[in-house]
Amino acid sequence: MAKYGNNARAIEGLVREAEVHRDVYVDPEIFELEMEHLFPNSWIYVGHASQLAKPGDFVTANIGRQPVMASRHSDGSIHVFYNRCPHKGVKIASEPCGNTGKFFRCPYHAWSFKTDGSLLAIPLKKGYENTGFGDTQANEGLSKIKNVVIYRDFIFARLSDNGVSFEDYFGESLSTIDNMVDRSPEGKLAIEAAPIRYMHTCNWKMLVENQTDTCHPMVAHESSAGTAVKVWKREQGDSTETPMAVQLYGPFMSPYEFYEQSGIRIWPNGHGHTGVANSIHSNYSDIQGYLGQMVAAYGEKRAHEILGEVRHNTVYFPNIMVKGAVQILRNFIPIAVDKTLVESWVYRLVGAPDKLYERALMYNRFINAPTSIVGHDDLEMYERAQEGLKSNGNQWVNLRRLYESNEEQDVTAVINGTSERQMRNQFHAWAKFMTMDMDQHVEAAE
Amino acid sequence: MIDEKTIADFIYREAELLDTMQWQAWLDLFHQEGRYWMPLEWQQQDPVLQPSLMYEDLLLLKVRVERLAGERTFSQKPKSRCHHLLQAPRIVACDEAAGMFKTRTSYIYTETRGDMLERYSGWASHELVRSGDDLKIKLKRVDLVNFDAPFGNIQLFM
Ligand code: FES
Ligand SMILES: [Fe+2]
Repeated sequence: MAKYGNNARAIEGLVREAEVHRDVYVDPEIFELEMEHLFPNSWIYVGHASQLAKPGDFVTANIGRQPVMASRHSDGSIHVFYNRCPHKGVKIASEPCGNTGKFFRCPYHAWSFKTDGSLLAIPLKKGYENTGFGDTQANEGLSKIKNVVIYRDFIFARLSDNGVSFEDYFGESLSTIDNMVDRSPEGKLAIEAAPIRYMHTCNWKMLVENQTDTCHPMVAHESSAGTAVKVWKREQGDSTETPMAVQLYGPFMSPYEFYEQSGIRIWPNGHGHTGVANSIHSNYSDIQGYLGQMVAAYGEKRAHEILGEVRHNTVYFPNIMVKGAVQILRNFIPIAVDKTLVESWVYRLVGAPDKLYERALMYNRFINAPTSIVGHDDLEMYERAQEGLKSNGNQWVNLRRLYESNEEQDVTAVINGTSERQMRNQFHAWAKFMTMDMDQHVEAAE
Repeated sequence: MIDEKTIADFIYREAELLDTMQWQAWLDLFHQEGRYWMPLEWQQQDPVLQPSLMYEDLLLLKVRVERLAGERTFSQKPKSRCHHLLQAPRIVACDEAAGMFKTRTSYIYTETRGDMLERYSGWASHELVRSGDDLKIKLKRVDLVNFDAPFGNIQLFM
């Protein structure tokens, strides 16, 4: 039964000032509408320019459920188009990444396309003479996504032709990407390996919300981080140095007061981050040689400024999280209303010591892998929520921690780090980007 | 004297300890410097500067084992169980003089929890060293045939 299609009022009704209706997590129709409206209206991460080093390099991705690809053209420019042959719809690229050479060639009937997506050749072309082919969309080659912005090598695309500009959409939130890039003495990041992939049988938004949920680590991760701390205390003997592994696990057990004072910053359009004053990443030991490289590259003052900004998790609405201090990006890819593929990428800080890359890779497998004990703790909670929300006893999810009645929307603010305001911020953006093109649909139908 | 039968028996005993959830006895099979490695790349060479699913020393393995029994380990309510189906181990190296032995064992691994059952296929490569009359695991490497696919929780040991 269609309840929500083209019904902006009904969708807005799912988001109260500090509660959301469970249908946002469990209703398949809402999921379809997210694919149709929310993802196309938002700026979505497609890939990183370091994956497209040479002409002919390509990566594939999904925006919502729509297959897209990005490629490096012979003139050095990057193009993003739908991964779909204009002839009969066959996907042009089936691998996550690769190099296609001088052109793409469809495997079905050998139509070929330049690396900017334009049509190069069709076998037996004379069969299309005087057929009106020149007037069809197919004649233009691979359908191009017009709204693409490459910000410091991060490739973002918005499928909708109309909508909020990249600058207005992200605004000051880009400072987290800036900080991650600036942490390379050469101001450059590189993806060197495939991501860790982890399938979650839950709605994608549970994962996004969890990124700024600072009241769960000391509870849900007592089993993993708490045990790590306990075992280390028992086994450490007379060793004076805390191993990197224990340094990574330990801070998850920080008390509420730690998270309260470390703060949360929110930005318009659903973006926000934990760890303003300091974070769980603040006290890792120094890596030999790194500070010297940074000072040489940026000068004493700027180097300390960059390294002093140790944000925890930055949510870029709708579906990525960036960890500047550990060089990780998690992409929460929606598959179905109760199925989410999480791909966690590590960036190497170009020019920095190997040890930093080692630490980022270690963090990624400790926290973001299907074999990660911290991941086990979290997924168990999401799965239980996905089940529990089917209950009719209470149809609302409560997001009221530190709610204030005069709370403004779409503002920048720094608040107590245990607030659920970033989740409220996300749902405000959710309702906005779900419905922004809906009234037009209603009018068009009338 | 460590012969091929001793080595093969060791591999079977290891799988049996996992299947019967004798975690402490399983940990005792590891050398002090032992590692458990689950690569994330085809024929991966480097466990440290290439991404892995797991690369853990004895300390981290102890954390895992202790966590499994934790009162607040909610992802183990209900508990997982596992089953190893092994092909006969192939002895890759048997250097009695150096006390170094290597095997490769094809396996099908099943992990269940509640109503869920997941099955994985791969190869286990063991590097064993002599310790007195017995053997210890220097490295256990498990390569999944589909290491690049996205999995749900894998909570026990392959
Ligand atoms: S479907 Fe691509 S050439 Fe026919
Ligand atoms: Fe968590």
